[in-house]
Amino acid sequence: MAVTWVRKDLLGLEELSAEEIGLILETADSFKEISQRPIKKVPTLRGKTVVLFFFEPSTRTRTSFELAAKRMSADLVNIQTSASSLTKGETLKDTAKNIEAMKVDIIVMRHSSAGAPHLLAKAVSPSIINAGDDSHEHPTQGLLDLFTIKEHKKKIAGLNVSIIGDIAHSRVARSNIWGLTKLGAKVTICGPATLIPPDIERLGVKVTYDVKEAIEGADVINLLRIQLERQGQNLFPSLREYAIKFGLDSEKMKFAKKDVLIMHPGPINRGVEITPEVADGPYSVILEQVTNGIAVRMAVLYLVSGVRERKH
Amino acid sequence: MDILLKDGHIVDPANRLDSTSDILIRDEKIAKVGKNLRVNGAKTVDCKGKYVLPGLIDMHVHFRQPGREDEETLLTGSRAALKGGFTSVLCMANTNPPIDNQGVVEYIYAESKRIGLINLYTVGAVTKNLDGKELTEVGQILAAGARALSDDGKSIMNAELMRRALEYTKMFALPIISHCEDLNLSKDGVINEGFVSTKLGLKGIPRTSEIAMVMRDIELAELTGGRVHIAHVTTREAVELIGQAKGKAINLTCETCPHYFTLTEEAVLGFDTNAKVNPPLRTKEDVEAIKKGLSEGTIDVIATDHAPHSEEEKDVEFDSAAFGMIGLETALSLAFSELVAKGILNWKQLVERMSISPAKILGLDNKGSLGAGSDADVVVFDPKINWVVDVKKLESKSKNTPFIGKRLDGIVTLAIVGGKIKYENGKFH
Repeated sequence: MAVTWVRKDLLGLEELSAEEIGLILETADSFKEISQRPIKKVPTLRGKTVVLFFFEPSTRTRTSFELAAKRMSADLVNIQTSASSLTKGETLKDTAKNIEAMKVDIIVMRHSSAGAPHLLAKAVSPSIINAGDDSHEHPTQGLLDLFTIKEHKKKIAGLNVSIIGDIAHSRVARSNIWGLTKLGAKVTICGPATLIPPDIERLGVKVTYDVKEAIEGADVINLLRIQLERQGQNLFPSLREYAIKFGLDSEKMKFAKKDVLIMHPGPINRGVEITPEVADGPYSVILEQVTNGIAVRMAVLYLVSGVRERKH
Repeated sequence: MDILLKDGHIVDPANRLDSTSDILIRDEKIAKVGKNLRVNGAKTVDCKGKYVLPGLIDMHVHFRQPGREDEETLLTGSRAALKGGFTSVLCMANTNPPIDNQGVVEYIYAESKRIGLINLYTVGAVTKNLDGKELTEVGQILAAGARALSDDGKSIMNAELMRRALEYTKMFALPIISHCEDLNLSKDGVINEGFVSTKLGLKGIPRTSEIAMVMRDIELAELTGGRVHIAHVTTREAVELIGQAKGKAINLTCETCPHYFTLTEEAVLGFDTNAKVNPPLRTKEDVEAIKKGLSEGTIDVIATDHAPHSEEEKDVEFDSAAFGMIGLETALSLAFSELVAKGILNWKQLVERMSISPAKILGLDNKGSLGAGSDADVVVFDPKINWVVDVKKLESKSKNTPFIGKRLDGIVTLAIVGGKIKYENGKFH
């Protein structure tokens, strides 16, 4: 593949070309083996400083980035805060400029406001990696989903992928839609009408409210988490009704293809969007996604740090 | 000293004039209009190739004084107005403290008189502290000189209260300027609800939030016989509803703003907080409908909704950024390039939307006209000069405009207020 990585930041999959996505996946493939070794460490990022700047609680993504950085020998700092602590006076930009002044190389950032990483990418020189900006994008999740699909299906183009759940509030849905459609998959989204955002068909996806239709013929089913705090907003009457209508259980699995992959970005709500027997069943690759997350994040850290290197 | 404006293209629809002529200004009034005027000792300004217009009137500005003088003051706002060709403005009430009593109204007029640059008018709030709960002392506020009532920035959600306000103000023959937004529908929204909000993962404000309230206020205007002026119309449906209502015997007028006929929701792509405004930028179809409404006269007024915000309120996360953009210095150039130059409005219609109609709505009897005896508020506009919107050159204390870096056509070269030159070629007097 002739493409080289030239981006300082990774903000989303929207702006990436299919070739750039392919490059990340290939790079991740070469890094995956490191985590299988008894000594899980390479010197690739020795002397680099990575800051994990998280404004929202996160276990999976933060730990995954932390391990990815550590396995490549980067130095790592964790800053965990809430967006509200910044309203006390210091703006997000000022905080980031202080971090920049400490001469760090990469800032991995999660924030509860869409576009916050984009604001910092313009304001400071370290690479910004978006680890989730509200309902906008979560590019490394999208990439690790692509990576996992490709490992099993050997391709992305032509696959039928259904994303079921709260599409409206999901950064995972958006990053998946961008990545999958760029690589040629056919994407169907499904969920309660209140959780399907307007005009989403214009992103090149098919919309259905009928979960059976979304399951039948799907090569991959990606289930999204129903955030419990969405209850009481009149977006759906109850979790019970959601589980009955959209939750993936063994009954609904009867419509699925025999070699379907069941995915979920986690954390899963057992009994809501997925029943235990499906989550733990033979089609589920949910934990493989977690494993692959480290390889994908190693690849991203490596690629953006290479760009900084060349600029110096 | 007398002022003689020579050989300008005069656009004065109030006196059916749209041709080259001279204007003589004496004391505070227009003294004479005609060809080849000669006056000894007059300051003569050559206006050849330029347009001479009645001073523009912006019936929707936020000058932030009292309370946020770091963002705008009556002085800096007045300078921005003059540079944009506005010789009169109407200030909205959401200052701190709000303009919700006689005392604050008097303060605004006293300050403005001290500054002495433009005709600065103010609204008074409809409800105390703009809380939407209790009527202000409307009679006292209007007696102190307020030209309209408005809780702009906040929507009056209580229909019963809006009804009483409209009934009560019938006694005073001044309009209530209504900010139409259903706050339940718009809750937490930051941009128009649609494809762009879907793409960016930002919470949308559905167009229905505006449409439903416009519908309600039309009904209340009909019920009460009161006067409603709908602020900042943005949607195709609202234009249609207003158009239909105007066929009936209802006291109804409305305005739109330059950003609603020049920009769409796509201006927000890239998370540009300078394009975050309430009501939000809508779609291409809406922009077309706004232009049509302006051209057909359904939309009476172009106002700016000049809303200055400091850097710390704008250069932040999109969700946290303040709504609003400044507009005084770019409005006429935008209207000229986007409406007149493209044949959507002729000059006569532009003067109607930006001077005559606001004068009429606010009861400013001697304004909006260049006839002999009218107030000598006059601006001269050179359509041949183009300029680039430059942060460093803006008069407004705040710099929050999405037009930064854009090249615009036409510039105000002279502004006369009450017979005195207050602005000439970049200098204030």
